[in-house]
Amino acid sequence: MNPTIPHIPIGDVVDAGIGWLRANAGAFFDGLSALLAILTDALTDLLLAVPEPVAIVLFALLGWLLRSWKMALATLVTFLLIWSMNQWTTSMQTLALVLIATVIAVVLAIPLGIWAARNDAVSAALKPILDFMQTMPAFVYLIPAILFFGIGAAPGLIATLIFALPPGVRMTELGIRGVDHETVEAGHAFGASDGQILRGIQLPLAVPTIMAGVNQVIMLALSMAVIAGMVGADGLGKEVVSAISTLNTAKGVEAGLSVVFLAIYLDRLTGSLARPGDQRTSLLAWLRSRRQAAARAS
Amino acid sequence: MSAIQANGLYKIFGRRATRGVAMLEAGASRDDLRKDGLTAAVIDASFEVDPGEIFVVMGLSGSGKSTLIRMVNGLWESTAGELEIYGEKLTKSSDATLRRIRREKVSMVFQHFALLPHRTVGENAAYGLEIKGLNRTEREARANEALAMVGLEGWGGMLPGELSGGMRQRVGLARALAAGTDILLMDEAFSALDPLIKRDMQDQLVDLQRRLEKTILFITHDLNEAMRLGDRIAMMRDGRIEQIGTAEEILNNPANDYVAQFTQDVDRTRVLTAAQIAEQPASVLGAEQGPRAAHRLLRESHNSWLVVLHHDRTPAGVLWEDDVAQAVRDGSNALPWSDTHEMPVVAHDTPIADLFTQAAQHLSPLIVVDDAGRFQGVIPRVTLLTAVGRPRADAPAPAPAGAGG
Repeated sequence: MNPTIPHIPIGDVVDAGIGWLRANAGAFFDGLSALLAILTDALTDLLLAVPEPVAIVLFALLGWLLRSWKMALATLVTFLLIWSMNQWTTSMQTLALVLIATVIAVVLAIPLGIWAARNDAVSAALKPILDFMQTMPAFVYLIPAILFFGIGAAPGLIATLIFALPPGVRMTELGIRGVDHETVEAGHAFGASDGQILRGIQLPLAVPTIMAGVNQVIMLALSMAVIAGMVGADGLGKEVVSAISTLNTAKGVEAGLSVVFLAIYLDRLTGSLARPGDQRTSLLAWLRSRRQAAARAS
Repeated sequence: MSAIQANGLYKIFGRRATRGVAMLEAGASRDDLRKDGLTAAVIDASFEVDPGEIFVVMGLSGSGKSTLIRMVNGLWESTAGELEIYGEKLTKSSDATLRRIRREKVSMVFQHFALLPHRTVGENAAYGLEIKGLNRTEREARANEALAMVGLEGWGGMLPGELSGGMRQRVGLARALAAGTDILLMDEAFSALDPLIKRDMQDQLVDLQRRLEKTILFITHDLNEAMRLGDRIAMMRDGRIEQIGTAEEILNNPANDYVAQFTQDVDRTRVLTAAQIAEQPASVLGAEQGPRAAHRLLRESHNSWLVVLHHDRTPAGVLWEDDVAQAVRDGSNALPWSDTHEMPVVAHDTPIADLFTQAAQHLSPLIVVDDAGRFQGVIPRVTLLTAVGRPRADAPAPAPAGAGG
């Protein structure tokens, strides 16, 4: 006789818990859902209100401002390609979703990361939670997300948020803990309070690491935003899903390529935020050197 | 009142560290504590630093000197013992009190500079003032003043990353000076610098200290540096202070074998000064006297030269035997100053390493004068050579072979 082990119904318990939450906090989730939908729609409308050629030039200029003229050129080419593949609207919908998820994730992640960096107990408690959020298959989030928020942008956004949050927290903690010990000590030695040390020393010196975290958040948000298409969030994800269901290779490739172009654009842009000093050919660097020259001349 | 006064300071790392104090007082060793999971970094340290003094704590890595200096501004809380800054108790005081003492009384210079790379040199120098809450104009004025003091006038707009190591440490020093505290803690401040720059910075520090009369607690693992800078030196080993004394005391009367061993390699010529090896000549001549008196003194002293002093004890010159004898034969009444010999005069605080060139150029002994130019003594060549050659300044004449070491 095979040994047996009693089945512990963890899944059922979670299911029951979610049912209870829906029954008792339905209004809260409905409100949240509506708010997220409004935010996403508003940003999408804003992005789409700009005529495509103007928008493409603006995106290219942003690339030049933060990185280089080469990036501006590449942006021009790839975004024109997105437009010509008829993926402009869906791309802007995805971009809106990614941007809103990123902003919310960063707003949550940085304070959490700071807290974890200053408190070992918090750090230890957060670690397994972050592991859970990152490794739980992304599709699993979608089920309760649909139950709570219905179909549309909101469940996609929530699932994206959960999936994209951990690197923001981790990198913030890492960045702050990695600030040179002696430099922090110098702050203490001159009588700075903890808050002054955080604002004046730890956060500024952790910026490159934190920005690398934000970069990861954006990348994960983009990859998740595609999956969000399965729960009805408008955008490139939806295109991909519909391409799969109709076995439409052409559409799938076009939507997929658009995701890639968007991803590279966002990665390079936020990557240069992490190390602004390295971007010698950016407009910002040029402006800065002009200002310094002026300051020296005076 | 002492600037810094430490009484029986202990710092022990580990869980329930206070039990380690009791163990140490009961005679347990550092190793015994280690078996219990405790690390005794500083054991029963007592010392006083007077206002305006450079007090050097010297020890190898792991001797507890860095922990000790961090207890002086409360970066580490002491496990036991008391510490006062100008009579104000630092041990067991609240965080707010600690911060106030750090803002107003004690600033610090770090081994690896610890500058803020995202701020300009000027903003770095003004950091302490910013924490104090001064407005921008006043901050900038005082930071520029401090930068000028360390020789970095006009560099305020640069970023620390654009400066060399020595210059960065000058910024670190300027930051501490700008804060306007009386006490400066310097944690291996020059250890990361090239030897040449290090010398430069040491000279500059001594110079600044003389002008500003800051109280400096200086930590180093370099005994030569300790001897160059320190008015007094505390030798630390394994968390304990082994000896406190002036450079000379430590060189000449080491408290134990450890200190003695340590001082073996010290370049004595850089530590001992002219005044310390100068001797009193058998006799000196007043400048108003004549050749006959000179002749008599020369005969009595068995020397070939004679020092002549003015009324105010400033040196007038050196007379030589041959010239005096000639003058006596000629019946002259004026002192016969030599045509060939000059009188080499050196300041009392000249390291003896700097005396050799002069000694080589002149046959006559070196005349040592104090700050007011008054005669303090002479250093004949033989004395100079002996001072360097002797292993111990107070050792008796040649020991029999095989004895001593």
